[in-house]
Amino acid sequence: MTVAFDEMTNVDGSIRTAYAALSRWLKEVPPDVLDYRRKEAEFIFRRIGITFAVYGDSDAQERLIPFDIIPRILTNNEWQRLSRGLEQRTKALNLYLKDIYSRREILKAGVVPEDLVYQNPAFRPEMNGQKVPHDLYVHIAGIDVVRIDAETFYVLEDNARTPSGVSYMLENREIMMRLFPELFSENRVAPVENYTDELLATLKSLAPVTSSSDPNVVVLTPGIYNSAYYEHSFLADKLGVELVEGRDLFIKNDVVYMRTTEGPKRVDVIYRRLDDDFIDPLAFRPDSMLGVPGLMSAYHAGNVTLTNAVGTGVADDKAVYSYMPEIVRFYLGEEPLLKNVPTWRCREPDHLKYVLDHLEELVVKEVHGSGGYGMLIGPRADKAQIEMFRAKLKQDPTNFIGQPTLALSTCPTFVEEGIAPRHVDLRPFVLTGADRTRIVPGGLTRVALQAGSLVVNSSQGGGTKDTWVLDE
Amino acid sequence: MLSRTADNLYWLARYMERAECLARILDVSQRLAQLPAAYGGSTNEWSSALLTAGCADLFREVHGDAVNEANVVAFLAFAPENPSSIRNCFEIARTNARSVRTALTMEMWETINSAWLELKRYSTKNMTREELARFLAFVKETSLRFDGAAYRTMLRNDAFWFSRVGMYVERADNTARILDVKYHVLLPESEHVGGPLDYFQWASILRSVSALTSFHWVYRQSVKPWLVADLLILNAQMPRSLTSCYQNISRYLDDIAAYYGRQGTAQRIARSNLTRLGNSRMEEIFQTGLHEYIDSFIAENNRLGGSITEQYLV
Repeated sequence: MTVAFDEMTNVDGSIRTAYAALSRWLKEVPPDVLDYRRKEAEFIFRRIGITFAVYGDSDAQERLIPFDIIPRILTNNEWQRLSRGLEQRTKALNLYLKDIYSRREILKAGVVPEDLVYQNPAFRPEMNGQKVPHDLYVHIAGIDVVRIDAETFYVLEDNARTPSGVSYMLENREIMMRLFPELFSENRVAPVENYTDELLATLKSLAPVTSSSDPNVVVLTPGIYNSAYYEHSFLADKLGVELVEGRDLFIKNDVVYMRTTEGPKRVDVIYRRLDDDFIDPLAFRPDSMLGVPGLMSAYHAGNVTLTNAVGTGVADDKAVYSYMPEIVRFYLGEEPLLKNVPTWRCREPDHLKYVLDHLEELVVKEVHGSGGYGMLIGPRADKAQIEMFRAKLKQDPTNFIGQPTLALSTCPTFVEEGIAPRHVDLRPFVLTGADRTRIVPGGLTRVALQAGSLVVNSSQGGGTKDTWVLDE
Repeated sequence: MLSRTADNLYWLARYMERAECLARILDVSQRLAQLPAAYGGSTNEWSSALLTAGCADLFREVHGDAVNEANVVAFLAFAPENPSSIRNCFEIARTNARSVRTALTMEMWETINSAWLELKRYSTKNMTREELARFLAFVKETSLRFDGAAYRTMLRNDAFWFSRVGMYVERADNTARILDVKYHVLLPESEHVGGPLDYFQWASILRSVSALTSFHWVYRQSVKPWLVADLLILNAQMPRSLTSCYQNISRYLDDIAAYYGRQGTAQRIARSNLTRLGNSRMEEIFQTGLHEYIDSFIAENNRLGGSITEQYLV
């Protein structure tokens, strides 16, 4: 494997411009001060209760995501390029979804194979021919981006369902400003704290036409046992809207109401952090205790906006991902500004053969998997694991894709041994309203804390960093 | 406000208050049980502690007749099978707090969350007296901090009022139950007063509502049983008296009604209970029977709880 691109230090040891001030500061500040501040940060996180749950880990019902105190820095120039690409990609995702649930031009044109849609478990026939408010489906997208060298960013994954992590982006900045005010006076960092304002404006712009001039927005959570509950309550709080559970809502004459101490109150926009499967036991899983019976009929009647729309999962799994460049070209007639990671679709026989022949060097992922579960990292796997995947691949090739093991860029990170490079990725959040697209500069940087590890997922021991876009 | 939010706030306040009350009961029982028998000390104290906490039956299911210090302390303070143990109160309080984080101020949340984290440091088995004392002090401190945080940082709106109503309904219930368990040592003025033995029983009642010093300030005489009853039931200056609780309940329920522009059953029951307390005289209460009076108060207080739930919380 080639040496990874480090975002601070060039191969010749010189420091990249964006990191000049930070690098000077890192040299001056004694390690014990860093260590002390790191502990302080952890103490604050724990006290505020910024935790997440790991499924299947009963000992640690609530865990902290490790926070690294060394920021990750992008120049304004790099960011402008990225953000144009993100906007383009989200636009294409929305057009694709509208097409899939109406005329299906892209399938007729043979650009995307039909079975990728019809046999996709996230495809919702209930949405066929249904009009959604403002023709928009993905209002809040989290597009995972990795960096390979000074010039190249790849999109690793599109998250078009209920992407999480934005609360960490906001809290990380808050903590950094509290712990290291001196750094912010030396670097002009673009603010992110307006995210929730932008989100509220986005959500309100999406209200159905039948709602009042000041639409009632709520955040719908599965409840306190959900791994991202902290984020749900955080967002509701910052948005200044009610955080509701399914049982707080009911439907009457196809209108959604919430139960309040003063009687029923109409709800216009639901920012739902609940998967499609669970939102309405009458339409989807009948055993769901978390949803609202009748919600889908209110939705179809056009009396409530769900963000994101129902059925967006058909656009963000890893098999569809590999068609994203074609999807961008098909709807926008433009070249994609952001590249995809080269991807072998195991559904295609010659691709499958290549993947099987190169298992030792590839990353193999399940098409519908997420969170770093169920994947093979060839160079780090032992023989048994490789053989297990070989069997799985042969049995059900359509369920897998293969990608080269990327040398993700590294950033200086404060670990046991001191400051060392660790691999990072980036999840920026793209907000699409009826009026316009909004992206706050930066996003959530995730970092693999183990030396050499490429897995940044919080469920697998990854941490987070504050992400700076320098406002030159 | 969401009904569920109001419900959570109401019960959050009730559980914090209940935890403090349990801590006081344990404190006092221990003090009494340590006295030599000649001064009224007896192992019965642990039975009354269970009765006051309202979980004597449940205790018997778990421990049978083994009513002793170790078992009762463990049961009231830590037992997972006792839904109202101090530990469970804190657990439930935190679960409620997590569900309504947006309705709490940062200070309130931090009090509950750090108490919940701290709770894990106390081992539940074989606690020494000193460890127990430290634990009980921690519980009382947490309740004080929570109350202070709510008072000093919450907006004066329905969230605040529901949480106050919860606290006072619970407090009234606790005071009434302390009186109910000890009514036999509280006698009317005309009766023959027991020997100095009983002093410790009376003092312990006062201590359990942290009113021993207040007693002397209010009455400026030595502790008399009928005055203890007067202080805890009728005296409006005493913050844990039934009258004081109902003044607050009624006031905050009226705030809610004014805010929402509508009165209801809860307001009517609260007002009628307050009026009844206001019209009561100690002599009459003793005439009709202290026990009966307290019994009917507890029933009325429960009826109020039920009607608050029906009117606002579901």
